Amino acid sequence: MIFLSDFSVIKPEPGLIFWTTLIFLLFWFLMSKFAFKPIASALKKREMDIQEALDQAKQAREEMANLHAENEKLLAAAREERAMMLKEAKEAGEKFKAEMADKANTEYKRKVESAIQDIENQKQAALVDLKNQAGQMAIEIAEKLLQKDLGNNPDQIAFAKSMADQIKLN
Amino acid sequence: MYFCSRFEKAFSNEDRMAFRKLWIILILSSLCTWVSAQHEAAAPQPDATEAHAEHATEAHEAGEAGSHAQHEADGPCGRSVHVEEEFNAGDNAVHHITDANAIHIVGDLYFNLPCILYAPKHGFKFTTTAAFEAKHHGIGEVAQDRYVLIHGNVMRATDESGFPMGTVTVDDYTTRDSIVNGKDKTLYYAVVGGQCYPLESKTTWDGGIMGGGITSYYDFSITRNVFTMLFTGLLLFFLFRAAAVAATRNTGQAPRGLQNFLEPFVTFIRDEVAKPSIGPKYEKYMPYLLSAFFFILGLNLIGQVPFFPGSGNVTGNISVTFTLAILTFLISTFSAKRHFWEHTLWMPGVPALLKIFILTPIEVLGIFLKPFTLLLRLFANITAGHIVVLSFVSLIFIFGNAGQSVGGSVAGAASIPLTLFMMTLELLVAFLQAFIFVMLSATYIGSAIEEPHHH
Repeated sequence: MIFLSDFSVIKPEPGLIFWTTLIFLLFWFLMSKFAFKPIASALKKREMDIQEALDQAKQAREEMANLHAENEKLLAAAREERAMMLKEAKEAGEKFKAEMADKANTEYKRKVESAIQDIENQKQAALVDLKNQAGQMAIEIAEKLLQKDLGNNPDQIAFAKSMADQIKLN
Repeated sequence: MYFCSRFEKAFSNEDRMAFRKLWIILILSSLCTWVSAQHEAAAPQPDATEAHAEHATEAHEAGEAGSHAQHEADGPCGRSVHVEEEFNAGDNAVHHITDANAIHIVGDLYFNLPCILYAPKHGFKFTTTAAFEAKHHGIGEVAQDRYVLIHGNVMRATDESGFPMGTVTVDDYTTRDSIVNGKDKTLYYAVVGGQCYPLESKTTWDGGIMGGGITSYYDFSITRNVFTMLFTGLLLFFLFRAAAVAATRNTGQAPRGLQNFLEPFVTFIRDEVAKPSIGPKYEKYMPYLLSAFFFILGLNLIGQVPFFPGSGNVTGNISVTFTLAILTFLISTFSAKRHFWEHTLWMPGVPALLKIFILTPIEVLGIFLKPFTLLLRLFANITAGHIVVLSFVSLIFIFGNAGQSVGGSVAGAASIPLTLFMMTLELLVAFLQAFIFVMLSATYIGSAIEEPHHH
């Protein structure tokens, strides 16, 4: 079988040129009106949406950053305040403690002193008592010793008393 | 070879790729010639009884013997088109890449298409290829108003031949190689009642350079290429329409499916082609660039499909690439600004003599060369791709004929990976050439509307 070995692809044919022109122009028109236009506008809209979303995200991030900084500042202030308060409390506590110690000390001293005083008073009272009792006892002893002579002799009693006075118990 | 390599350097990578393909074609065709020459030498001498078959149709009946009897079977008007000839890879490839009036599907099955024929002396003729009543190989059995169908292609008996008008039964068609005006040409004849009537092809606008010229009729039929363009155009339109509907309906949602598949192409053309090449006014030219890109890409890809409705070599036809290139030329020329014309016709800062004799002629020539390279590049790349694929497929038949043995089948099997490789490469070329076409179109438009730079 023989084929048409005519290399006609390289010859411009009016019929094919006519149809190509017609079909392509129609294709161009239909595609741009019904396909490329909606696609292009959808693409544009989507790009705008994405840009907007990105901008918003950036803004939100910035706001967050601002908020964070503010928080940080507040926190720092609070921390400082706390530190100050702690310091103050500590100082007050220490002062209070010192005061208390002082007070206790004074009280103690006062108590010790009053105790000493009491003891002294008691001692004096006891001594007086002792002296009186010793005097009495000495008189009694002396009375017993000198039952007869010293019965009612005033000189004797005065002497014994003076002797008893001389007895110092420390 | 040195000259060839120098010549190659002057072209871009894509052009070089086309050149390499042409080299492959040359090597392949020389191989084919060698193989058939071997076969010819080995073939036995034609048998005298077979050689003297009176009618070509009988030679056809003889089947195998037909090829041996070809020279002796030639009648006064040459060989019958029914003669079973030896397989010729070149003819086969050319037949498959050319346009046709009916689409060959398989065997004797043809897809009939409308015919719109115009003979200036006889007016319009509207019919379909079915009216020619083709039974075998798309060869019509009847003529309609001097129009006939051979291998699915319409031809016409010349007005001078006096071929009868109306429906006429044609006995046979014959062909003869001849030299017309110093050019090799295959002449066709219709045989009716023992008389030969010369046939001619449709009018072409090559001015006789490519062996065509103005004949007695014009063919405005819906040919295989026109059908493929319509089919591809509609397919693309429906795909993009679906994507556009999805895009308008699903606003505020991430794209899915078809829309998600097609949108990146659109954004690619916008961001990688239109914006950098044209500049801020790119939006106006986007529909053209997108249409051209998808039209070319769709046709390139459809052309790769080896069965109906594919395989049409549309973007490998110079009429199609010519039309597209002309549109780019018109758009860029008509949107050209003063700055462009100033720099083209009267380049500032160059001596007047230099302008008149060198610069302006070159620049003006350049205006026309740009669309010319555009149309030639696409045409050459796609046609070369088709030819290489067809040549590899042809290897099966060549070796099958030559060897008719195990060797032949081995060579046939080897051609499968080769074809697969070429088709993969052609897939890349399909995208690449569509991209290059719009890229260069955008560059030409960009240079035409460029605003003067103030330094």
